[in-house]
Amino acid sequence: MTALLDVAEFSKLFPVTGTSSSWQRLRQRFQGGPEKLSKVHAVDNVSFVIEKGETVGLVGESGCGKSTLVRALTRLIDASDGSVKLGDRELTLTPAHEFARDPDRARIQMVFQDAGESVNPRFTAFDAIADPLRRLRHLKGKALRERVESVAGQCGLPLQLLTRFPHQLSGGQRARVGIARAIAVEPDLLVLDEPTAALDVSVQVVILQLLQRLKKEFGMSYLFVSHDLSVVKLLCDRVLVMYLGKIVEAGPAVEVFEHPLHPYTQALVAAVPRLHEDGAERLRLTGEPRSPIDPDPHVCRFYGRCPRGIHDCTAAMPDLRRFGARQVACHFAEEFLPPAPAKA
Amino acid sequence: MITANTNRAPALAVEGLCVEFRTRSGIVRALDNVSFSAGKGETVALVGESGSGKSVTAYAVMGILDPAGRVTAGRAVLGGLDLLSAKPSQLAEVRGRDIAMIFQNPRTALNPIRPVGKQIADVLIRHGNVPRREAPAQAVEMLRAVGITDPARRAKAYPFEMSGGMCQRVMIAIALAAKPSVLIADEPTTGLDVTTQAVIMDLVNDLAAKMGMATIFITHDLALAGQRAARIVVMHAGHVVENAPTTELFSYPRHPYTGELIAATPDSAASLDELASIPGTLPDLRRADLPPCRYSERCPRKTDACSQPLPLAPPGATHFVACWNPLPAPTLGAPVLVASAENVA
Amino acid sequence: MADIAVSPPRESNLAALTKHARYVLSENPVTGFAFALFVVIVLAAVFGPHLVPYDPLASDTSQALKPPSVHHWFGTDQLGRDVFSRVVVATRLDFFIAVASVALVFLMGGLAGVAAGFFGGWTDRIVGRIADTIMAFPLFVLAMGIVAALGNTVQNIILATAIVNFPLYARIARAEANIRREAGFVEAARLSGNSDWRILTFQILPNVFPILVVQMSLTMGYAILNAAGLSFIGLGVRPPTPEWGIMVAEGAAFMVSGEWWNAAFPGAALMIAVFCFNLLGDGLRDLVDPRRRT
Repeated sequence: MTALLDVAEFSKLFPVTGTSSSWQRLRQRFQGGPEKLSKVHAVDNVSFVIEKGETVGLVGESGCGKSTLVRALTRLIDASDGSVKLGDRELTLTPAHEFARDPDRARIQMVFQDAGESVNPRFTAFDAIADPLRRLRHLKGKALRERVESVAGQCGLPLQLLTRFPHQLSGGQRARVGIARAIAVEPDLLVLDEPTAALDVSVQVVILQLLQRLKKEFGMSYLFVSHDLSVVKLLCDRVLVMYLGKIVEAGPAVEVFEHPLHPYTQALVAAVPRLHEDGAERLRLTGEPRSPIDPDPHVCRFYGRCPRGIHDCTAAMPDLRRFGARQVACHFAEEFLPPAPAKA
Repeated sequence: MITANTNRAPALAVEGLCVEFRTRSGIVRALDNVSFSAGKGETVALVGESGSGKSVTAYAVMGILDPAGRVTAGRAVLGGLDLLSAKPSQLAEVRGRDIAMIFQNPRTALNPIRPVGKQIADVLIRHGNVPRREAPAQAVEMLRAVGITDPARRAKAYPFEMSGGMCQRVMIAIALAAKPSVLIADEPTTGLDVTTQAVIMDLVNDLAAKMGMATIFITHDLALAGQRAARIVVMHAGHVVENAPTTELFSYPRHPYTGELIAATPDSAASLDELASIPGTLPDLRRADLPPCRYSERCPRKTDACSQPLPLAPPGATHFVACWNPLPAPTLGAPVLVASAENVA
Repeated sequence: MADIAVSPPRESNLAALTKHARYVLSENPVTGFAFALFVVIVLAAVFGPHLVPYDPLASDTSQALKPPSVHHWFGTDQLGRDVFSRVVVATRLDFFIAVASVALVFLMGGLAGVAAGFFGGWTDRIVGRIADTIMAFPLFVLAMGIVAALGNTVQNIILATAIVNFPLYARIARAEANIRREAGFVEAARLSGNSDWRILTFQILPNVFPILVVQMSLTMGYAILNAAGLSFIGLGVRPPTPEWGIMVAEGAAFMVSGEWWNAAFPGAALMIAVFCFNLLGDGLRDLVDPRRRT
């Protein structure tokens, strides 16, 4: 069965502005073609699959490229290289600025991190939820009103709040508006970009449980981007760990967090404050990440901050290798594998 | 090793702090009778959700409340001086030298048009009694002490050239330049990556231990508070609801709100269905008819006793609960002195 | 399902706006005064010509240069026309010039600026160069040049004022559009199937408009002064049309010989109108600035 979303060797590079004058860049282009320009490797050769009905988590820190990846998957920006297939359809063939009018636009939607920012301050909650229905489902009048109210009800948003503006709503209510808007057109894939980051912990619980329920009711797949590993562990079936534009580890969420294989994942897990500290020795990451500008393709991106590091790490970029249900991009992966038999 | 220290005189003692805000729609009683203290070398965490008043407490103590806010009662005693009734000239001396604060968004808390080295030097000159000529060199040393590589070069950099983590380190350097006895950290790691957060908090803890500095750590992240503080003060709607050593708080939370907060933290549950949200909402603090216990209207354990004024903290108590019907205490084990219906006449 | 409770019912949006407006007015009585004065000016512009005691164009040389009296509240000018009637009737013309100039520059500058800020690239460069070219000239000299070249009609005065103010509006609109270009709600609008033009018109423009409105009020004062200045040097409205600037110009010659009322009253009207529009701009800014809203 075809996966819902199949991302293969996807890359997104940005030219670096500001490091040289327009004259210099122009000269570079004429002399060596566009390849000679310096580029930021925001996302570098990333491949993964999302099945129907799955919740996949995407974790990584600032600068890892997850925002860029998410914007490319939702077709807000174009890819530099690689393929993104939704079902049987290759999405990269349609440029991003034309995708707004595409019939498949409704199949991928997004819930944003800051719900207050993602709703036009001059729109009421009703207008915000109605917008995609007007544009993508061409609903009007009574049919539109009924659909908006129905979706709002499913998201636990009381009807009298629909006439309010974002600044008149609480954080949790705004989050519900953002979710209602995203699911109104019944997407196949919902990308959630840190939807509960700005919420209090008590509100977060309610929203997460709502998302879980909606997923079952609508049969959607989720791509849940977050920096909060505890939340990812609760909500996600599988998780992808990104570092500096590459996926360094992938696997079932609980397993990845309980037995991380990649040194970066290990440092990440060690850094998360737990309610019940076990007093174990904490692994700490020092220094700053390497530059994403024109990185050396033969050197592991994590080299330099990694507590390990041998000559092999500078000779060849570690590939994402498969070990059963787990995938790791590290030369030392075998050392950390749980003892056999490693059944998923 | 973080230790709870209640024997010596506290470095900072906040007593009965009440703060009001005048707004267009009425007077907001933001803080009501907030009391806690931090001893020398102790890290105390102020934990609460948005609207709990934890940041307002810090701002009131530092004397930087919004002009619409007023302290209506209470004291904040630092080294014998009540900060809330001190003259502006006394306050100007004490702030920066004896008590310092670091803020949530490091980039906006720094002066964007001044090199970071100069910002540190300013504090050294003003409060550290360092001659002007030597201040730049000492500023570079402070940068090195907070773990910034190549400090001599970085001292000439501007905040926009540095990452969030580095800016936060600079802010810590500025705060600690004059070696204060109390540091207030208002959500210093919100917005930073979790790995950076860990390193920054390690730094703060190390420096505090070295300098014997008391730290008041404000956060909404209960797990982070538990990791870093010896004592946790839980706040709700402008009240202190529970004040206890960390391990006791997590093992035996007494206040219903604390229990609910723990149950809502993702780390506490094995599955999403087990997480519990906290019933009800914050009361409107503009109401004239606020009940004495601001949690009572949403509390599942409410009894008739809850309409009387809240118990006060008995002197010398290590574990204080502002509740007439708290969650059960352990009968064996940790000695718990609790002000509640049980031991108030 | 555990739900988030609805906070106590708030008033409707119109009630909230009125309440906010009343608060702003009460906090700053000067703003209230400016609003009241603005209403007076509008009423004078609309109804003035029907209510004045004398025909503003009727000359009666036997009554020339009479000082203010019970019959002629503001006195008469050099052709015996009633100064009071002329000042009130001039309100309509000056007000019309102000409003038309401001509307025109909002359309030209606002739309160009928003497009430049949103699309960037060549649109931005072209609009930028046009604005730079205009700004290279001393603005009044440029207005003079335009009117001298095209002829002194009211339409050309309006056009000249609009052109001269174009860079300011374009710059403000461009900055606001630029800020909002990457805003979350713009991305959300793209996900909802909105094309770039729809986003510009329905998402960005409604957010930029209030900020421009404040500027527009301030420009109204400038527009009147500009027209008055052009009239003063003979490039504005042609006599005998009553217009404050031209009245000041004609009356100035008589100041030295002591007939002050000829220039003073239209001058005072000019001053009051500009004063009122400036205060109005400040008040509107308070009303519109989202930070002031609860």
